[in-house]
Amino acid sequence: MQSLTQHQGLVAPLDRANVDTDLIIPKQFLKSIKRTGFGPNLFDVLRYLDEGYPGQDVSQRPLNPDFVLNQSRYQGTSILLTRRNFGCGSSREHAPWALEDFGFRVVIAPSFADIFYNNAFKNGILLVPLDEDTVERLFQEVEASEGYRLDVDLEAQTVTTPSGEVLSFDVDGFRKHCLLNGLDDIGLTLQDEEAIREFEQKHRQAHPWLFRDNQREAS
Amino acid sequence: MAGQTLYDKLWSQHLVKERDDGTALIYIDRHLLHEVTSPQAFEGLRLARRKPWRLDANLATPDHNVPTTLKERAAGNAGILDQVSLIQVQTLDDNCEAYGIEEFRINDARQGIVHVVGPEQGATLPGMTVVCGDSHTATHGAFAALAHGIGTSEVEHVLATQCLLAQKMKNLRVRVEGKLGTGITAKDIVLAVIGRIGTAGGTGYAIEFAGSAIRELSMEGRMTICNMAIEAGARVGLVGVDDTTIDYLRERPYAPTAAQWDAAVAAWRDLVSDDDARFDKEVVIDAAEIAPQVTWGTSPEMVAPVFGEVPDPAGIADDSVKGGVIRALEYMGLAPRQKITDIRLDKVFIGSCTNSRIEDLREAAKVAKGNKVAKSIQLAMVVPGSGLVKRQAEAEGLDRIFLEAGFEWREPGCSMCLAMNADKLGAGEHCASTSNRNFEGRQGYGGRTHLVSPAMAAAAAIAGHFVDIRGFSQQPQQPQQPQEA
Ligand code: SF4
Repeated sequence: MQSLTQHQGLVAPLDRANVDTDLIIPKQFLKSIKRTGFGPNLFDVLRYLDEGYPGQDVSQRPLNPDFVLNQSRYQGTSILLTRRNFGCGSSREHAPWALEDFGFRVVIAPSFADIFYNNAFKNGILLVPLDEDTVERLFQEVEASEGYRLDVDLEAQTVTTPSGEVLSFDVDGFRKHCLLNGLDDIGLTLQDEEAIREFEQKHRQAHPWLFRDNQREAS
Repeated sequence: MAGQTLYDKLWSQHLVKERDDGTALIYIDRHLLHEVTSPQAFEGLRLARRKPWRLDANLATPDHNVPTTLKERAAGNAGILDQVSLIQVQTLDDNCEAYGIEEFRINDARQGIVHVVGPEQGATLPGMTVVCGDSHTATHGAFAALAHGIGTSEVEHVLATQCLLAQKMKNLRVRVEGKLGTGITAKDIVLAVIGRIGTAGGTGYAIEFAGSAIRELSMEGRMTICNMAIEAGARVGLVGVDDTTIDYLRERPYAPTAAQWDAAVAAWRDLVSDDDARFDKEVVIDAAEIAPQVTWGTSPEMVAPVFGEVPDPAGIADDSVKGGVIRALEYMGLAPRQKITDIRLDKVFIGSCTNSRIEDLREAAKVAKGNKVAKSIQLAMVVPGSGLVKRQAEAEGLDRIFLEAGFEWREPGCSMCLAMNADKLGAGEHCASTSNRNFEGRQGYGGRTHLVSPAMAAAAAIAGHFVDIRGFSQQPQQPQQPQEA
């Protein structure tokens, strides 16, 4: 996983609440058995005027000129500014894969859906919750000035605006630690292998019916 | 000491380790796998040279991509015409074989939607932690199991460590008290709950569904409700154990037997919230006030009683809500204040992990019996949730009822719930669907989904538009019911 400590980037505003995972990456692209290559189909329904399907050459497709990511002033964006309950819907991890593959490292919104929150951090995307009023103000600032960039500091948990205003945000301590260090969850958990085995043994004794193959595991 | 909620009990029974920062390692008893969210997890496992921690905790079946037409299904995997879908299903087969994970393959009678298969096999038991790379894993909470959806990285994590990193949720109790009106089902209850608390109302909470109306429900009904907890923003839905739970599980293939059964039942009896347990939030709903529900918009909270009407954005003060309503009406092709019963339908879908169990099919068949699908309906399909549900329905003659009424009777799978296989809506088509999500494009590009109960869907198929099931069921059977063209 890519680590993230500080990030400075161009901000793109997606003025929509409850952006669900179907909207982030439509289901026809979930058929891939890979983890990469979803970027060209991020927000597919909003971005293109036709229906997309996997394996297509997206450069031949008609773009929706009104969609924010298609506008020239937002090319090269890496920070998405959006509205409440971002990432609701399914548990598909393809959503953060698509955001990451497109080039987003940070998403700012008043709130995020639960499963998406975990999935995003696991894939090196920082989610920054800011209150509704602040987000509204950022929307106005982004729209008012072309080339609007924000400075995000995960260590300090702050976002700094071009005018020098410093906004702080909350982040789960564990997620922060992993993201700062680019740590893989599985490796970390296996450091506790002993504790897991011990638990498992007690659990098996107390609830033997939860283990179907007591024989195989007894060794 | 204050009592514990059911969720608190399940949590502490699975807690391996708690970190200082509040994250915890919890032990996973059952891991269900399907073809869509597992390939990348197995790929990760292979790349890191790791092995599954405990094989017997895993159970797999393909469901999202499988065709539902008999001709294609007869050919097994070879009948999957979409090459990408085929690769996904094939990859699941290969991975399960390579690692030794039990799988119900495409033509196994036990194959079906994971959330139908787990409980049906008794592979979901009270007191378990159950996870699956699918958000509707909440379904299994109907058995007082701590069950929720996980992402693909977590699928890999569970395979490799038998644990999950988790944070404790807050407790929300939704009490549905009193008697449901005739014709009102679990689906109407859960849609009414979502209409009341909104799609983010349960975010951060485990919802326990309680109250006399929930106790009255069958396991199928409880599963329907827990299934859609996620549509209320909660990853977890729960119902405490009672006789209904235990009776359902007796003699299921994966359930314990003999002395272990008795020991298990004794332990399960405690899987209820203590009388003095504290909930962080509580919502009480009067069952008698719940009418048949129909969603009109592109979010499950955009719901109205069948006799109601679509909202008028002009009357909404909050700008962001108003914007959402305008956009939804535009997408759905509906006019403000249009009556729900005036929405013309093109297709009807009875199926999905929300409503494809035997009881759902019985309810729909009761309405379909002796009637005919309206001429204006291009396709009305019934897709059983598993091969065993299908077999049971056929033994009861439900397939004949559906076929005679003009419904298609299909092979088990997710089908048009998310349209990853060939079953789709065309752009602009309206569908009465017993599934759980009405998001834009969910059932096909440009498709317009209205979520309803199985009985409401069947009635809508016959009328060609939504009708109040209560009026409908009161009428004597009318084989010659006038059809609207
Ligand atoms: S039936 Fe629908 S909601 Fe349920 S698992 Fe399948 S696709 Fe998901």
